Amino acid sequence: MAVCIAVIAKENYPLYIRSTPTEDELKFHYMVHTSLDVVDEKISAMGKALVDQRELYLGLLYPTEDYKVYGYVTNSKVKFVMVVDSSNTALRDNEIRSMFRKLHNSYTDVMCNPFYNPGDRIQSRAFDNMVTSMMIQVC
Amino acid sequence: MADAVLFEFLHTEMVAELWARDPDPGSGGKKKSLSVLEGLGFRVGQALGERLPRETLAFREELDALKFLCKDLWAAMFQKHMDGLRTNHQGTYVLQDNSFPLFITMGSGSQYLEEAPKFLAFTCGLLCGALHTLGFQSLVTASVAALPACKFQVVIQKY
Repeated sequence: MAVCIAVIAKENYPLYIRSTPTEDELKFHYMVHTSLDVVDEKISAMGKALVDQRELYLGLLYPTEDYKVYGYVTNSKVKFVMVVDSSNTALRDNEIRSMFRKLHNSYTDVMCNPFYNPGDRIQSRAFDNMVTSMMIQVC
Repeated sequence: MADAVLFEFLHTEMVAELWARDPDPGSGGKKKSLSVLEGLGFRVGQALGERLPRETLAFREELDALKFLCKDLWAAMFQKHMDGLRTNHQGTYVLQDNSFPLFITMGSGSQYLEEAPKFLAFTCGLLCGALHTLGFQSLVTASVAALPACKFQVVIQKY
């Protein structure tokens, strides 16, 4: 379902980035990079507007003709970006939210791993497996 | 609840172990042990800072993060809230705990006052680590006037 998943650190460098069609990877890297601007815009907009609710899920960042990009920020300013195929119209908001929640839980587990130094690239196999399960759900 | 004492026992053993290793502390050895304890607390604080605020909404400002420390973090660690939070609104916060759980078993009053800082180092590191994950560089120091009350001073560094 998801075509590309990226975890970006607070300082805006990638901690983890993976995409399914392994050719053309650069295109996804570029998309994730450009989506960071939109994420920053949404975060600062949330700060200025006196909204009572500050959600972690940012929603659809921007659509292109082939893909849709969704974003999510944690309390520690770590951003998750997910690129999904536009042709897969069956994906509803709730499903995207639950995918982000799973990502957040796995990321928290990675953080609590004593062998992981915060700020390094994520090399945990458990995290890899979870991301794989989210990406290979095409029928 | 037996769970709370498990951490207390582990913490006591940690401090004892670090001090036992340096038979002739002097001021160099003591400082090193204190910074080791703070380092331990820092890493734990980073992980806690990631795991605990999961369901809460994003923090809008510094004060929200400090309130989270006083309520949620303290409740998770010691099953009680921090007793007082004061600020000068310029980045310095004083967190007051009138009955710090790690001190209750040690006694009340001024006995063991010199030994107290050892038992605060881990918690200082914890606060620093949690704040770091939440995005704030800080300097945390602790002071004890009379057991079991203690104060943590947090200075948020703006850069």
